[in-house]
Amino acid sequence: MKEGFSDPKSFKRRAREVKELLIKSILFCCAASSVLITFGVVWTLLKEALPFFQEVSFGQFLFDTEWTPLFEDPKYGIMTLVSGTLLTTFIALTVAIPLGTITAVFLSEYCSANVREILKPVLELLAAVPTVVYGYFALLFVTPLLQKIIPDLASFNALSAGLVMGVMIIPYVSSLTEDAMRAVPVYLREGSLALGASNFQTSFKVIVPSAFSGIASAYVLGISRALGETMVVAIAAGLQPRLSFNPLESTETLTAYIVQVSMGDLPQGSIGYKTIYVAGSVLLLFTLVFNLIGQRIRSRVEKKAK
Amino acid sequence: MVEKSKKAEVLNLSFGYSPAVKVIRSINLPIYQNTVTALIGPSGCGKSTLLRCFNRMHDLYGQVKYEGEIKLYPESVNILSSTVDPIEVRMKVGMVFQKPNPFPKSIFENIAYGLRVRGIKKRSYIDDKVEDSLKKAGLWDEVSSRLHTSAAALSGGQQQRLCIARALATEPDLLLLDEPTSALDPISTAHIEELLAELKKSVTILMVTHNLHQAARTADYTAFMYLGDLIEFGESDQIFTNPKEQRTENYITGRFG
Repeated sequence: MKEGFSDPKSFKRRAREVKELLIKSILFCCAASSVLITFGVVWTLLKEALPFFQEVSFGQFLFDTEWTPLFEDPKYGIMTLVSGTLLTTFIALTVAIPLGTITAVFLSEYCSANVREILKPVLELLAAVPTVVYGYFALLFVTPLLQKIIPDLASFNALSAGLVMGVMIIPYVSSLTEDAMRAVPVYLREGSLALGASNFQTSFKVIVPSAFSGIASAYVLGISRALGETMVVAIAAGLQPRLSFNPLESTETLTAYIVQVSMGDLPQGSIGYKTIYVAGSVLLLFTLVFNLIGQRIRSRVEKKAK
Repeated sequence: MVEKSKKAEVLNLSFGYSPAVKVIRSINLPIYQNTVTALIGPSGCGKSTLLRCFNRMHDLYGQVKYEGEIKLYPESVNILSSTVDPIEVRMKVGMVFQKPNPFPKSIFENIAYGLRVRGIKKRSYIDDKVEDSLKKAGLWDEVSSRLHTSAAALSGGQQQRLCIARALATEPDLLLLDEPTSALDPISTAHIEELLAELKKSVTILMVTHNLHQAARTADYTAFMYLGDLIEFGESDQIFTNPKEQRTENYITGRFG
Protein backbone atom coordinates (compact mmCIF):
# COMPACT_ATOMS: atom_id res chain seq x y z
CA MET A 1 0.00 0.00 0.00
CA LYS A 2 1.29 3.47 -0.83
CA GLU A 3 1.50 5.91 2.02
CA GLY A 4 0.07 9.38 1.66
CA PHE A 5 1.49 12.55 3.21
CA SER A 6 1.65 12.49 7.00
CA ASP A 7 -0.28 14.79 9.28
CA PRO A 8 2.12 17.45 10.63
CA LYS A 9 0.91 16.67 14.15
CA SER A 10 1.34 12.90 13.86
CA PHE A 11 3.70 11.18 16.27
CA LYS A 12 5.88 9.78 13.52
CA ARG A 13 6.40 13.18 12.00
CA ARG A 14 7.09 14.80 15.36
CA ALA A 15 9.55 12.09 16.34
CA ARG A 16 11.51 12.58 13.16
CA GLU A 17 11.66 16.32 13.63
CA VAL A 18 12.81 16.00 17.23
CA LYS A 19 15.51 13.54 16.19
CA GLU A 20 16.80 15.86 13.47
CA LEU A 21 16.85 18.76 15.91
CA LEU A 22 18.75 16.68 18.46
CA ILE A 23 21.35 15.64 15.92
CA LYS A 24 21.74 19.20 14.74
CA SER A 25 22.25 20.42 18.31
CA ILE A 26 24.87 17.79 19.04
CA LEU A 27 26.76 18.67 15.90
CA PHE A 28 26.54 22.35 16.72
CA CYS A 29 27.90 21.79 20.22
CA CYS A 30 30.87 19.89 18.86
CA ALA A 31 31.61 22.63 16.36
CA ALA A 32 31.12 25.36 18.94
CA SER A 33 33.31 23.70 21.56
CA SER A 34 36.55 24.43 19.72
CA VAL A 35 35.57 28.06 19.37
CA LEU A 36 34.64 28.22 23.05
CA ILE A 37 37.88 26.61 24.09
CA THR A 38 39.82 29.12 22.03
CA PHE A 39 38.00 31.96 23.71
CA GLY A 40 38.57 30.28 27.06
CA VAL A 41 42.30 30.14 26.44
CA VAL A 42 42.42 33.77 25.38
CA TRP A 43 40.38 34.80 28.40
CA THR A 44 42.62 32.91 30.83
CA LEU A 45 45.69 34.47 29.30
CA LEU A 46 44.34 37.98 29.33
CA LYS A 47 42.86 37.71 32.82
CA GLU A 48 46.32 37.15 34.26
CA ALA A 49 48.22 39.22 31.75
CA LEU A 50 46.29 42.46 31.97
CA PRO A 51 46.94 43.09 35.72
CA PHE A 52 50.62 42.86 34.86
CA PHE A 53 50.36 46.24 33.22
CA GLN A 54 49.09 47.81 36.45
CA GLU A 55 52.54 47.18 37.84
CA VAL A 56 54.69 47.59 34.77
CA SER A 57 54.27 50.36 32.24
CA PHE A 58 53.99 49.69 28.51
CA GLY A 59 57.10 51.77 27.99
CA GLN A 60 59.19 49.54 30.24
CA PHE A 61 57.63 46.47 28.69
CA LEU A 62 58.46 47.45 25.15
CA PHE A 63 61.70 49.36 25.52
CA ASP A 64 63.59 47.83 28.40
CA THR A 65 66.57 45.92 27.11
CA GLU A 66 66.61 43.28 29.81
CA TRP A 67 64.19 40.66 31.01
CA THR A 68 64.89 39.81 34.64
CA PRO A 69 61.49 39.53 36.33
CA LEU A 70 62.71 37.26 39.10
CA PHE A 71 65.78 39.24 40.12
CA GLU A 72 66.12 41.72 42.95
CA ASP A 73 65.99 44.52 40.44
CA PRO A 74 63.37 43.25 37.99
CA LYS A 75 63.36 44.39 34.38
CA TYR A 76 60.57 43.59 31.98
CA GLY A 77 61.85 44.19 28.45
CA ILE A 78 59.77 41.73 26.43
CA MET A 79 61.75 42.53 23.27
CA THR A 80 64.54 40.31 24.55
CA LEU A 81 62.28 37.29 24.39
CA VAL A 82 60.71 38.50 21.15
CA SER A 83 64.11 38.86 19.53
CA GLY A 84 65.04 35.33 20.61
CA THR A 85 61.79 33.97 19.24
CA LEU A 86 62.11 35.80 15.94
CA LEU A 87 65.75 34.85 15.58
CA THR A 88 65.24 31.12 16.07
CA THR A 89 62.10 31.21 13.93
CA PHE A 90 63.95 32.99 11.15
CA ILE A 91 66.81 30.49 11.22
CA ALA A 92 64.34 27.62 11.19
CA LEU A 93 62.49 29.06 8.21
CA THR A 94 65.64 29.60 6.19
CA VAL A 95 66.03 25.84 6.45
CA ALA A 96 62.45 24.67 6.27
CA ILE A 97 61.04 26.83 3.50
CA PRO A 98 63.66 26.22 0.80
CA LEU A 99 64.19 22.56 1.65
CA GLY A 100 60.49 21.91 2.16
CA THR A 101 59.56 23.56 -1.12
CA ILE A 102 62.28 21.84 -3.10
CA THR A 103 61.33 18.51 -1.57
CA ALA A 104 57.71 19.12 -2.51
CA VAL A 105 58.68 19.99 -6.09
CA PHE A 106 60.68 16.81 -6.32
CA LEU A 107 57.93 14.65 -4.84
CA SER A 108 55.19 16.20 -6.92
CA GLU A 109 56.88 16.85 -10.25
CA TYR A 110 59.93 14.69 -10.61
CA CYS A 111 59.89 11.39 -8.81
CA SER A 112 57.96 8.33 -9.84
CA ALA A 113 54.97 7.09 -7.90
CA ASN A 114 57.03 4.24 -6.43
CA VAL A 115 59.74 6.50 -5.07
CA ARG A 116 57.14 8.88 -3.69
CA GLU A 117 55.42 6.10 -1.81
CA ILE A 118 58.65 5.29 0.00
CA LEU A 119 59.97 8.80 0.43
CA LYS A 120 56.86 10.48 1.75
CA PRO A 121 56.32 8.31 4.84
CA VAL A 122 60.01 8.49 5.65
CA LEU A 123 59.88 12.25 5.43
CA GLU A 124 56.82 12.39 7.59
CA LEU A 125 58.71 10.37 10.16
CA LEU A 126 60.73 13.53 10.76
CA ALA A 127 57.58 15.02 12.23
CA ALA A 128 57.06 11.98 14.41
CA VAL A 129 60.36 12.33 16.28
CA PRO A 130 59.63 13.78 19.75
CA THR A 131 60.77 17.38 19.97
CA VAL A 132 62.77 16.66 23.11
CA VAL A 133 64.89 14.30 21.03
CA TYR A 134 65.47 17.07 18.52
CA GLY A 135 66.48 19.30 21.38
CA TYR A 136 69.21 16.96 22.54
CA PHE A 137 70.20 16.29 18.95
CA ALA A 138 70.78 20.02 18.53
CA LEU A 139 72.64 20.36 21.81
CA LEU A 140 74.78 17.26 21.72
CA PHE A 141 75.33 16.65 18.01
CA VAL A 142 74.75 19.75 15.91
CA THR A 143 76.35 22.27 18.23
CA PRO A 144 79.67 20.35 18.60
CA LEU A 145 79.67 19.87 14.84
CA LEU A 146 79.13 23.56 14.21
CA GLN A 147 81.78 24.45 16.78
CA LYS A 148 84.34 22.77 14.57
CA ILE A 149 83.51 25.30 11.86
CA ILE A 150 82.71 28.28 14.08
CA PRO A 151 85.01 28.03 17.10
CA ASP A 152 83.43 30.85 19.12
CA LEU A 153 79.97 29.36 18.97
CA ALA A 154 78.46 29.21 22.46
CA SER A 155 77.45 25.76 23.63
CA PHE A 156 73.88 27.01 23.93
CA ASN A 157 73.09 28.98 20.81
CA ALA A 158 70.26 30.11 18.59
CA LEU A 159 71.91 28.79 15.45
CA SER A 160 71.85 25.07 16.10
CA ALA A 161 68.45 25.22 17.80
CA GLY A 162 67.06 27.09 14.79
CA LEU A 163 68.63 24.75 12.26
CA VAL A 164 67.31 21.65 13.97
CA MET A 165 63.90 23.22 14.38
CA GLY A 166 63.97 23.93 10.66
CA VAL A 167 64.62 20.28 9.90
CA MET A 168 61.78 19.36 12.20
CA ILE A 169 59.42 21.63 10.28
CA ILE A 170 60.39 20.44 6.79
CA PRO A 171 57.71 17.74 6.63
CA TYR A 172 54.97 20.23 7.56
CA VAL A 173 56.03 22.54 4.77
CA SER A 174 56.78 19.88 2.17
CA SER A 175 53.70 17.79 2.78
CA LEU A 176 51.22 20.64 2.44
CA THR A 177 53.16 22.19 -0.43
CA GLU A 178 53.17 18.92 -2.28
CA ASP A 179 49.44 18.48 -1.75
CA ALA A 180 48.87 21.95 -3.12
CA MET A 181 51.06 21.28 -6.16
CA ARG A 182 49.46 17.97 -6.93
CA ALA A 183 46.06 19.61 -6.77
CA VAL A 184 47.04 21.78 -9.75
CA PRO A 185 44.98 20.44 -12.65
CA VAL A 186 46.87 18.17 -15.01
CA TYR A 187 45.80 20.30 -17.98
CA LEU A 188 47.92 23.21 -16.74
CA ARG A 189 50.94 20.95 -16.43
CA GLU A 190 50.37 19.47 -19.88
CA GLY A 191 49.70 22.92 -21.31
CA SER A 192 53.09 24.11 -20.17
CA LEU A 193 54.96 21.01 -21.28
CA ALA A 194 53.20 21.08 -24.65
CA LEU A 195 54.73 24.51 -25.25
CA GLY A 196 58.15 22.96 -24.99
CA ALA A 197 58.79 23.90 -21.37
CA SER A 198 61.06 21.67 -19.34
CA ASN A 199 59.96 20.01 -16.14
CA PHE A 200 61.86 22.62 -14.18
CA GLN A 201 60.25 25.55 -16.00
CA THR A 202 56.83 23.97 -15.63
CA SER A 203 57.35 23.41 -11.91
CA PHE A 204 58.50 26.88 -11.02
CA LYS A 205 56.70 29.02 -13.59
CA VAL A 206 53.32 27.33 -13.72
CA ILE A 207 52.78 24.80 -10.94
CA VAL A 208 54.18 26.78 -8.00
CA PRO A 209 52.34 30.01 -8.94
CA SER A 210 49.13 28.04 -9.48
CA ALA A 211 49.45 26.37 -6.12
CA PHE A 212 50.51 29.53 -4.37
CA SER A 213 47.60 29.86 -1.98
CA GLY A 214 48.13 26.32 -0.73
CA ILE A 215 51.86 26.89 -0.50
CA ALA A 216 51.29 30.07 1.49
CA SER A 217 49.24 28.09 4.00
CA ALA A 218 52.06 25.59 4.26
CA TYR A 219 54.51 28.39 5.03
CA VAL A 220 52.19 29.94 7.59
CA LEU A 221 51.84 26.60 9.32
CA GLY A 222 55.63 26.30 9.32
CA ILE A 223 55.97 29.77 10.83
CA SER A 224 53.40 29.01 13.51
CA ARG A 225 55.18 25.78 14.37
CA ALA A 226 58.51 27.58 14.63
CA LEU A 227 57.12 30.38 16.78
CA GLY A 228 55.42 27.98 19.14
CA GLU A 229 58.14 25.36 19.33
CA THR A 230 59.39 24.97 22.87
CA MET A 231 61.50 21.95 23.63
CA VAL A 232 64.23 22.39 21.05
CA VAL A 233 64.89 25.99 21.98
CA ALA A 234 64.57 25.39 25.71
CA ILE A 235 67.20 22.69 25.54
CA ALA A 236 69.59 23.91 22.88
CA ALA A 237 69.30 27.69 22.72
CA GLY A 238 69.95 28.36 26.37
CA LEU A 239 67.82 30.29 28.81
CA GLN A 240 69.38 33.73 28.66
CA PRO A 241 67.12 36.49 27.45
CA ARG A 242 69.18 38.75 25.26
CA LEU A 243 68.19 41.60 23.01
CA SER A 244 70.31 40.52 20.11
CA PHE A 245 70.06 38.90 16.74
CA ASN A 246 73.39 37.19 16.97
CA PRO A 247 72.80 33.51 16.18
CA LEU A 248 76.06 32.43 17.77
CA GLU A 249 75.06 33.42 21.28
CA SER A 250 72.60 31.82 23.61
CA THR A 251 69.14 33.29 23.71
CA GLU A 252 65.73 32.68 25.15
CA THR A 253 62.39 32.50 23.38
CA LEU A 254 58.95 33.32 24.72
CA THR A 255 58.13 29.62 24.91
CA ALA A 256 61.36 28.66 26.61
CA TYR A 257 60.81 31.35 29.23
CA ILE A 258 57.35 30.01 30.00
CA VAL A 259 58.74 26.53 30.52
CA GLN A 260 61.60 27.75 32.63
CA VAL A 261 59.43 29.80 34.93
CA SER A 262 56.50 27.42 35.09
CA MET A 263 58.74 24.75 36.52
CA GLY A 264 59.76 26.91 39.46
CA ASP A 265 57.35 27.51 42.35
CA LEU A 266 56.04 31.00 41.80
CA PRO A 267 53.31 32.15 44.15
CA GLN A 268 50.04 32.66 42.31
CA GLY A 269 49.29 36.30 41.68
CA SER A 270 52.91 37.41 41.98
CA ILE A 271 54.42 39.49 39.24
CA GLY A 272 56.59 36.59 38.12
CA TYR A 273 53.49 34.45 37.80
CA LYS A 274 51.85 37.09 35.65
CA THR A 275 54.84 37.28 33.32
CA ILE A 276 54.07 33.74 32.18
CA TYR A 277 50.73 34.90 30.95
CA VAL A 278 52.13 38.02 29.41
CA ALA A 279 54.69 36.00 27.46
CA GLY A 280 51.92 33.61 26.42
CA SER A 281 49.74 36.47 25.21
CA VAL A 282 52.54 37.95 23.15
CA LEU A 283 53.16 34.54 21.58
CA LEU A 284 49.48 34.16 20.80
CA LEU A 285 49.50 37.60 19.23
CA PHE A 286 52.35 36.59 16.94
CA THR A 287 50.77 33.37 15.72
CA LEU A 288 47.48 35.19 15.27
CA VAL A 289 49.10 37.87 13.14
CA PHE A 290 50.83 35.29 10.94
CA ASN A 291 47.63 33.33 10.53
CA LEU A 292 45.80 36.47 9.48
CA ILE A 293 48.54 37.32 6.99
CA GLY A 294 48.27 33.79 5.61
CA GLN A 295 44.52 34.06 5.23
CA ARG A 296 44.91 37.43 3.55
CA ILE A 297 47.38 36.05 1.01
CA ARG A 298 45.14 33.07 0.37
CA SER A 299 41.99 35.03 -0.21
CA ARG A 300 43.80 37.53 -2.39
CA VAL A 301 45.27 34.81 -4.57
CA GLU A 302 41.94 33.05 -4.81
CA LYS A 303 40.22 36.26 -5.81
CA LYS A 304 42.84 36.86 -8.45
CA ALA A 305 42.37 33.37 -9.85
CA LYS A 306 38.67 33.99 -10.32
CA MET B 1 42.05 19.62 -54.64
CA VAL B 2 45.64 19.89 -55.75
CA GLU B 3 48.01 17.35 -54.20
CA LYS B 4 50.04 19.14 -51.55
CA SER B 5 53.39 18.43 -50.02
CA LYS B 6 53.44 16.48 -46.81
CA LYS B 7 54.15 18.18 -43.48
CA ALA B 8 54.17 14.95 -41.54
CA GLU B 9 53.50 11.33 -42.07
CA VAL B 10 52.52 8.51 -39.74
CA LEU B 11 54.15 5.25 -40.78
CA ASN B 12 52.92 1.95 -39.44
CA LEU B 13 52.46 3.37 -35.93
CA SER B 14 51.28 1.18 -33.08
CA PHE B 15 51.10 2.40 -29.52
CA GLY B 16 49.77 1.15 -26.21
CA TYR B 17 50.17 2.12 -22.59
CA SER B 18 51.24 -1.43 -21.84
CA PRO B 19 53.00 -3.70 -24.34
CA ALA B 20 50.17 -6.20 -24.40
CA VAL B 21 47.35 -3.79 -25.19
CA LYS B 22 47.67 -1.67 -28.29
CA VAL B 23 45.41 1.37 -28.28
CA ILE B 24 46.23 2.17 -31.89
CA ARG B 25 47.47 -0.31 -34.46
CA SER B 26 49.46 0.08 -37.64
CA ILE B 27 48.33 3.58 -38.45
CA ASN B 28 49.43 5.12 -41.75
CA LEU B 29 48.41 8.70 -42.30
CA PRO B 30 49.78 11.61 -44.33
CA ILE B 31 49.39 15.17 -43.02
CA TYR B 32 49.50 17.69 -45.85
CA GLN B 33 51.05 21.09 -45.46
CA ASN B 34 48.72 24.04 -44.81
CA THR B 35 45.63 21.91 -44.50
CA VAL B 36 43.30 20.93 -41.71
CA THR B 37 43.07 17.20 -41.07
CA ALA B 38 40.32 15.94 -38.80
CA LEU B 39 40.47 12.72 -36.81
CA ILE B 40 36.99 11.37 -36.17
CA GLY B 41 35.63 8.23 -34.61
CA PRO B 42 33.69 7.02 -31.59
CA SER B 43 35.04 7.51 -28.06
CA GLY B 44 37.89 5.15 -27.28
CA CYS B 45 38.89 4.67 -30.91
CA GLY B 46 42.39 6.01 -30.22
CA LYS B 47 42.21 9.34 -31.99
CA SER B 48 43.39 11.37 -29.00
CA THR B 49 46.07 8.75 -28.33
CA LEU B 50 47.27 9.19 -31.91
CA LEU B 51 47.18 12.97 -31.59
CA ARG B 52 49.23 12.87 -28.41
CA CYS B 53 51.93 10.84 -30.15
CA PHE B 54 52.64 13.86 -32.36
CA ASN B 55 54.04 15.88 -29.44
CA ARG B 56 55.22 12.93 -27.37
CA MET B 57 52.77 13.67 -24.55
CA HIS B 58 52.76 9.98 -23.68
CA ASP B 59 56.35 10.33 -22.58
CA LEU B 60 55.15 12.21 -19.50
CA TYR B 61 53.56 9.10 -18.10
CA GLY B 62 56.34 6.61 -17.65
CA GLN B 63 58.30 4.46 -20.00
CA VAL B 64 56.48 4.20 -23.28
CA LYS B 65 57.38 2.49 -26.49
CA TYR B 66 56.25 3.73 -29.84
CA GLU B 67 56.34 1.22 -32.67
CA GLY B 68 56.54 2.77 -36.11
CA GLU B 69 57.33 6.34 -37.02
CA ILE B 70 55.98 9.82 -37.32
CA LYS B 71 58.11 11.68 -39.83
CA LEU B 72 58.18 15.45 -39.71
CA TYR B 73 59.06 17.21 -42.97
CA PRO B 74 61.08 18.89 -44.39
CA GLU B 75 63.58 17.55 -41.82
CA SER B 76 62.34 14.03 -42.44
CA VAL B 77 63.09 13.11 -38.84
CA ASN B 78 61.22 10.42 -36.96
CA ILE B 79 59.99 12.41 -33.97
CA LEU B 80 59.17 9.23 -32.07
CA SER B 81 62.77 8.06 -32.11
CA SER B 82 64.29 7.65 -28.66
CA THR B 83 67.21 9.79 -29.79
CA VAL B 84 64.92 12.76 -30.40
CA ASP B 85 64.35 15.05 -27.40
CA PRO B 86 60.61 15.30 -26.68
CA ILE B 87 61.06 18.92 -25.62
CA GLU B 88 62.42 19.74 -29.09
CA VAL B 89 59.44 17.98 -30.62
CA ARG B 90 57.07 20.07 -28.55
CA MET B 91 58.87 23.21 -29.64
CA LYS B 92 57.89 22.39 -33.21
CA VAL B 93 54.47 20.87 -32.57
CA GLY B 94 52.01 23.03 -30.66
CA MET B 95 48.90 21.77 -28.93
CA VAL B 96 45.54 23.15 -27.86
CA PHE B 97 43.56 21.12 -25.37
CA GLN B 98 39.94 20.22 -24.97
CA LYS B 99 39.49 22.41 -21.93
CA PRO B 100 40.86 25.95 -22.19
CA ASN B 101 43.91 25.97 -19.94
CA PRO B 102 45.29 29.48 -19.58
CA PHE B 103 47.99 29.77 -16.95
CA PRO B 104 47.18 31.84 -13.87
CA LYS B 105 49.05 34.77 -15.34
CA SER B 106 48.18 37.84 -17.36
CA ILE B 107 47.03 37.57 -20.97
CA PHE B 108 50.40 38.93 -22.08
CA GLU B 109 52.39 36.52 -19.93
CA ASN B 110 50.36 33.56 -21.13
CA ILE B 111 51.43 34.21 -24.69
CA ALA B 112 54.96 35.22 -23.80
CA TYR B 113 55.39 31.99 -21.84
CA GLY B 114 56.30 29.82 -24.82
CA LEU B 115 58.84 32.41 -25.92
CA ARG B 116 60.30 32.79 -22.45
CA VAL B 117 60.82 29.06 -22.01
CA ARG B 118 62.81 29.20 -25.24
CA GLY B 119 65.08 31.73 -23.60
CA ILE B 120 63.85 34.70 -25.63
CA LYS B 121 64.28 37.85 -23.58
CA LYS B 122 64.13 40.67 -26.11
CA ARG B 123 61.23 42.80 -25.00
CA SER B 124 60.35 44.28 -28.39
CA TYR B 125 60.33 40.86 -30.04
CA ILE B 126 58.03 39.46 -27.35
CA ASP B 127 55.72 42.48 -27.61
CA ASP B 128 55.44 42.06 -31.37
CA LYS B 129 54.90 38.35 -31.12
CA VAL B 130 52.17 38.70 -28.51
CA GLU B 131 50.30 41.21 -30.66
CA ASP B 132 50.81 39.17 -33.81
CA SER B 133 49.60 35.92 -32.21
CA LEU B 134 46.57 37.56 -30.65
CA LYS B 135 45.67 39.03 -34.04
CA LYS B 136 46.02 35.64 -35.71
CA ALA B 137 43.81 34.09 -33.06
CA GLY B 138 41.22 36.83 -33.59
CA LEU B 139 41.46 38.02 -30.00
CA TRP B 140 43.46 41.22 -30.32
CA ASP B 141 40.53 43.61 -30.62
CA GLU B 142 38.91 42.17 -27.51
CA VAL B 143 41.94 42.19 -25.24
CA SER B 144 44.42 44.78 -26.53
CA SER B 145 43.41 47.26 -23.83
CA ARG B 146 43.85 44.78 -20.98
CA LEU B 147 46.86 42.67 -21.87
CA HIS B 148 48.16 42.80 -18.36
CA THR B 149 45.02 41.63 -16.62
CA SER B 150 44.41 38.04 -15.57
CA ALA B 151 43.62 35.57 -18.33
CA ALA B 152 41.22 33.85 -15.97
CA ALA B 153 38.76 36.72 -16.39
CA LEU B 154 38.20 35.91 -20.08
CA SER B 155 35.20 33.90 -21.26
CA GLY B 156 35.65 30.24 -22.17
CA GLY B 157 35.75 30.98 -25.90
CA GLN B 158 38.24 33.80 -25.40
CA GLN B 159 40.37 31.56 -23.21
CA GLN B 160 40.47 28.94 -25.92
CA ARG B 161 41.51 31.51 -28.52
CA LEU B 162 44.13 32.68 -26.04
CA CYS B 163 45.42 29.11 -25.89
CA ILE B 164 45.53 29.04 -29.68
CA ALA B 165 47.43 32.34 -29.69
CA ARG B 166 49.78 30.94 -27.07
CA ALA B 167 50.51 27.95 -29.28
CA LEU B 168 50.94 30.15 -32.37
CA ALA B 169 53.41 32.50 -30.70
CA THR B 170 56.10 29.86 -30.88
CA GLU B 171 55.54 29.39 -34.63
CA PRO B 172 54.87 25.66 -34.59
CA ASP B 173 55.20 23.60 -37.76
CA LEU B 174 52.18 21.60 -36.78
CA LEU B 175 49.29 22.53 -34.51
CA LEU B 176 47.39 19.81 -32.69
CA LEU B 177 43.85 20.53 -31.56
CA ASP B 178 42.25 18.06 -29.18
CA GLU B 179 38.50 18.64 -29.42
CA PRO B 180 39.13 22.37 -29.20
CA THR B 181 35.48 23.40 -29.14
CA SER B 182 33.84 20.67 -27.12
CA ALA B 183 33.77 22.83 -23.99
CA LEU B 184 32.51 25.92 -25.81
CA ASP B 185 29.13 27.38 -26.72
CA PRO B 186 28.01 27.48 -30.38
CA ILE B 187 29.05 31.09 -30.97
CA SER B 188 32.55 30.57 -29.63
CA THR B 189 32.71 27.35 -31.64
CA ALA B 190 31.81 29.20 -34.84
CA HIS B 191 34.48 31.75 -34.03
CA ILE B 192 37.13 29.10 -33.75
CA GLU B 193 36.00 27.27 -36.87
CA GLU B 194 36.31 30.49 -38.88
CA LEU B 195 39.70 30.94 -37.39
CA LEU B 196 40.92 27.55 -38.61
CA ALA B 197 40.38 28.51 -42.23
CA GLU B 198 42.57 31.56 -41.68
CA LEU B 199 45.19 29.74 -39.61
CA LYS B 200 45.90 27.00 -42.07
CA LYS B 201 47.52 29.55 -44.37
CA SER B 202 50.42 29.66 -41.93
CA VAL B 203 50.32 26.39 -40.03
CA THR B 204 49.35 22.78 -40.62
CA ILE B 205 46.53 21.64 -38.37
CA LEU B 206 45.61 18.22 -37.04
CA MET B 207 42.38 18.17 -35.07
CA VAL B 208 40.47 15.59 -33.07
CA THR B 209 36.76 16.25 -33.08
CA HIS B 210 33.55 14.57 -32.03
CA ASN B 211 31.54 16.99 -34.06
CA LEU B 212 31.13 15.55 -37.53
CA HIS B 213 29.67 18.76 -38.92
CA GLN B 214 32.74 20.55 -37.67
CA ALA B 215 34.99 18.08 -39.49
CA ALA B 216 32.93 18.41 -42.66
CA ARG B 217 32.93 22.20 -42.45
CA THR B 218 36.52 22.89 -41.51
CA ALA B 219 38.72 19.97 -42.47
CA ASP B 220 40.30 19.42 -45.86
CA TYR B 221 41.07 15.83 -44.98
CA THR B 222 39.34 13.48 -42.60
CA ALA B 223 40.52 10.25 -41.08
CA PHE B 224 38.02 7.86 -39.55
CA MET B 225 39.28 5.64 -36.75
CA TYR B 226 37.57 2.75 -35.11
CA LEU B 227 38.80 0.54 -32.25
CA GLY B 228 42.41 1.57 -32.75
CA ASP B 229 42.47 1.12 -36.51
CA LEU B 230 42.48 3.77 -39.17
CA ILE B 231 39.52 2.71 -41.30
CA GLU B 232 39.49 5.35 -43.95
CA PHE B 233 41.34 8.51 -44.87
CA GLY B 234 40.56 10.92 -47.64
CA GLU B 235 39.42 14.38 -48.58
CA SER B 236 36.57 15.43 -46.33
CA ASP B 237 34.19 15.86 -49.26
CA GLN B 238 34.72 12.29 -50.26
CA ILE B 239 34.56 10.87 -46.71
CA PHE B 240 31.33 12.64 -45.89
CA THR B 241 29.55 12.21 -49.22
CA ASN B 242 30.93 9.05 -50.65
CA PRO B 243 32.74 6.91 -48.08
CA LYS B 244 34.33 3.78 -49.44
CA GLU B 245 34.07 1.77 -46.24
CA GLN B 246 30.80 0.55 -44.83
CA ARG B 247 31.89 1.31 -41.26
CA THR B 248 32.68 4.92 -42.17
CA GLU B 249 29.29 5.30 -43.72
CA ASN B 250 27.57 3.76 -40.70
CA TYR B 251 29.39 6.16 -38.39
CA ILE B 252 28.82 9.36 -40.31
CA THR B 253 25.18 8.55 -40.87
CA GLY B 254 24.78 7.96 -37.15
CA ARG B 255 24.07 4.26 -37.26
CA PHE B 256 26.62 3.61 -34.51
CA GLY B 257 29.19 5.41 -32.46
